[in-house]
Amino acid sequence: MFRVLRKKELSPGVFDYDVEAPRVAKKALPGQFIVLRVNEEGERIPLTIADFAPEAGFVKIIFQVVGASTAALAAVAEGESILDFVGPLGQPSRIGSDMGTVVFIGGGIGVAPVYPIARAVHEAGNKVISILGAKTKDILILEEEMRSVSDEVIVTTDDGSYGVKGFVTTALQQLVERGEKIHQVTAIGPGIMMKSVADATRPLGIKTIVSLNPIMVDGTGMCGGCRVQVGDETKFACVDGPEFDGHLVDFAGLMSRGRMYREQEAEAKDHVCNIGLGR
Amino acid sequence: MAASMKKHPMPEQDPAVRAHNFEEVALGYDEETAVAEAGRCLNCKVPQCRKGCPVQVNIPAFISKVKERDFDGAISIIKESNSLPAVCGRVCPQESQCEKHCVLGKKGEPVGIGRLERFAADWQMAKDEEITPMHFAPDAQKVAVIGAGPAGLTCAGALARKGYRVTIFEALHVAGGVLSYGIPEFRLPKDKVVRKEIANLEKMGVKIELDSVAGRLYTVDELMQEEGFDAVFVGTGAGLPRFMGIPGENLNGVYSANEFLTRCNLMKAYQFPKYATPIHVGKHVAVVGGGNVAMDAARTALRLGAEHVYIVYRRSMEEIPARAEEVHHAKEEGIDFRLLNNPVEVIGDEKGWVKALRCVRMALGEPDASGRRRPVPMEGSKFQLEVDTVIIAIGTGPNPIVASTTPGMDTNKRGNIIADEETGATTKEGVFAGGDIVTGAATVILAMGAGKKAAAAMDEYLKRKKEA
Ligand SMILES: Cc1cc2nc3c(=O)[nH]c(=O)nc-3n(C[C@H](O)[C@H](O)[C@H](O)COP(=O)(O)OP(=O)(O)OC[C@H]3O[C@@H](n4cnc5c(N)ncnc54)[C@H](O)[C@@H]3O)c2cc1C
Ligand SMILES: Cc1cc2nc3c(=O)[nH]c(=O)nc-3n(C[C@H](O)[C@H](O)[C@H](O)COP(=O)(O)OP(=O)(O)OC[C@H]3O[C@@H](n4cnc5c(N)ncnc54)[C@H](O)[C@@H]3O)c2cc1C
Ligand code: SF4
Ligand code: FES
Repeated sequence: MFRVLRKKELSPGVFDYDVEAPRVAKKALPGQFIVLRVNEEGERIPLTIADFAPEAGFVKIIFQVVGASTAALAAVAEGESILDFVGPLGQPSRIGSDMGTVVFIGGGIGVAPVYPIARAVHEAGNKVISILGAKTKDILILEEEMRSVSDEVIVTTDDGSYGVKGFVTTALQQLVERGEKIHQVTAIGPGIMMKSVADATRPLGIKTIVSLNPIMVDGTGMCGGCRVQVGDETKFACVDGPEFDGHLVDFAGLMSRGRMYREQEAEAKDHVCNIGLGR
Repeated sequence: MAASMKKHPMPEQDPAVRAHNFEEVALGYDEETAVAEAGRCLNCKVPQCRKGCPVQVNIPAFISKVKERDFDGAISIIKESNSLPAVCGRVCPQESQCEKHCVLGKKGEPVGIGRLERFAADWQMAKDEEITPMHFAPDAQKVAVIGAGPAGLTCAGALARKGYRVTIFEALHVAGGVLSYGIPEFRLPKDKVVRKEIANLEKMGVKIELDSVAGRLYTVDELMQEEGFDAVFVGTGAGLPRFMGIPGENLNGVYSANEFLTRCNLMKAYQFPKYATPIHVGKHVAVVGGGNVAMDAARTALRLGAEHVYIVYRRSMEEIPARAEEVHHAKEEGIDFRLLNNPVEVIGDEKGWVKALRCVRMALGEPDASGRRRPVPMEGSKFQLEVDTVIIAIGTGPNPIVASTTPGMDTNKRGNIIADEETGATTKEGVFAGGDIVTGAATVILAMGAGKKAAAAMDEYLKRKKEA
């Protein structure tokens, strides 16, 4: 059992948990994820390691309530426990001291997985420019944290309620136009956002890393449910990824597979709400 | 009195009924039937059956005990060589092992060895035997076992019985390996058999750490250098599903058998939405492959509500690798066998979902490396099966997580760990391996045999290490 030591609601429906998991905390690296199962009836769901404290023995997860399993997770109170918490899984991000200028793009909840990677890249002595995208000002998360690990932060909101009005690609375009020499872009967020970023950087020849979030079951390479087409190869995101070269990923396929259980997901969510687990 | 030519039939659920439930298909012999079946055994001086058993269970001796109604005696004889008889009696391919060699099989049917083994094991399980916890010496050496499949469980049990402190590290949230996530409930009941065997190991004093992916949480070197283990056994199985590499394999509705069976067995998707994991079944399902895994996937799809389930296999019934009983049961339940057919493309609709499986007919040519006749495609014979789900069951490879994080432990070019056949010793000192991770996908009994042999060799190794 894995206790939730601290619980915070960052914005409506977005939660921040510190989960007591000393063994995982000791081994976690930026870019990796965990798989958890809330209770005996629960699904195994993957969540990125948003931060980790090896000494204090906890792992931070930040998640958005989108369906049955995240609703069940949100119903766990501070001090209560999660049944299973497996990790660290996946390949860690590649981080060096000679990366040059790296632009981190986090869309929505995607800012959470970006944070520990940006921090490590910044600590390694590289220049970090961060672009944080949100639909509207109220749901922007981790702005302070991102500022502390970035040389520059640009916020974009779809409705213009804060920062630049537009999408993250608008801000990226501005950076390019002002002549910023960008060596790498790392983009994490909804599939459509990562696709747009990859489409924007492809003609510019800027190396672009994306972190994929296909549907997973075991997270150890056993089921193949997380497979994605990368170039002319089929890769298992849980063991080969989750980070891949954004210019090679088949985003259409990724997004289509993400919709596989849409009808059942709705049914499961109703079920959770009916038995009073949801919010 | 001449023995009957036929085995006593196994009582089974009616095919029409069982095709819609997950209860066990074969119900097991009752006492009278078991004793009568045991009576068919000739108690041969040179029992051939024993040679066919990979762990050399003393078959005639246990059968004699069943005949005498000394069931306690029977099970203790079996357990001298086989620690999971309730599992093996159910899933061993007896027709190509013990029963293949039984002399009665020359003129009629062999003795129902597997059925009798199961009977004896179930008889004991029903009694809830007392397990005495082991007392470990304060300075007992520690052994780490990676993977809680049949190989790891057997190795752990054997070492604990010798007084070693054993911890099993298992990646999933449930122990058992394929016995838990792969083989379905209707063939191998989880609560009645698998969990019970595992609970008995724990009662004896084996520690099981679930949710622990070795290679990520601890590497083998860390286990030995930092966590204080004196030896390690790697039994991580063959868990990496293979795909065919044909167009359309990543469409929605295409599963690996591992994913399909895991969703159903491990995550209990058949009780959705009480259990939150969804599964897509569809009305028409094609399962590609001819092994036990394919039969299990096909029969699971049927039980989940599919109307029509095909087995698409590129060779003929002669070559089909599944246990004879599974093929027989699948046919009884109405699975549609499309033999000498090979898929060439999965065809999708405009929304990215499977709508058909394009296949080509095959003919058998010259024997290939495996000694089986090689299937070759027939020109101009392409056709389509209209299906909305495709399940690929064409085999699995070794998971690379442990091997890739263990320098000094060599693998062959397929990625299987290289280990001595008799001792399980790998090329790294103190590290042993066995089961599917060494042999590639094989059988429960072979994995158990490997776990047992390795335990004996590890015992020797640990004694030497202690003296040194
Ligand atoms: C490696 C990895 C890391 C992830 N990290 C995070 C994280 O840090 N924070 C976070 O909030 N989420 C993260 N996700 C996504 C998260 O796993 C899903 O949101 C969750 O599984 C949804 O479960 P559910 O039952 O609540 O929703 P469901 O009912 O399963 O789905 C509800 C809706 O969400 C969409 N959805 C389902 N699965 C995913 C998915 N994997 N990614 C995106 N959308 C999905 C569906 O299309 C559906 O419309 C990650 C996914 C992966 C693979
Ligand atoms: C659907 C199906 C049906 C089958 N039917 C039959 C049958 O009827 N008869 C028969 O004899 N055989 C059958 N088999 C084959 C048989 O189950 C296997 O040969 C046997 O289980 C192999 O045992 P194992 O202990 O080597 O590995 P497995 O049973 O595969 O167990 C390996 C365990 O290691 C764990 N693991 C893997 N990596 C790690 C890691 N890094 N850290 C920690 N743990 C890890 C896995 O999660 C798993 O629990 C079937 C197989 C399948 C898939
Ligand atoms: S373990 Fe398998 S091969 Fe050996 S006697 Fe039992 S059923 Fe036959
Ligand atoms: S999640 Fe099962 S193989 Fe990746």
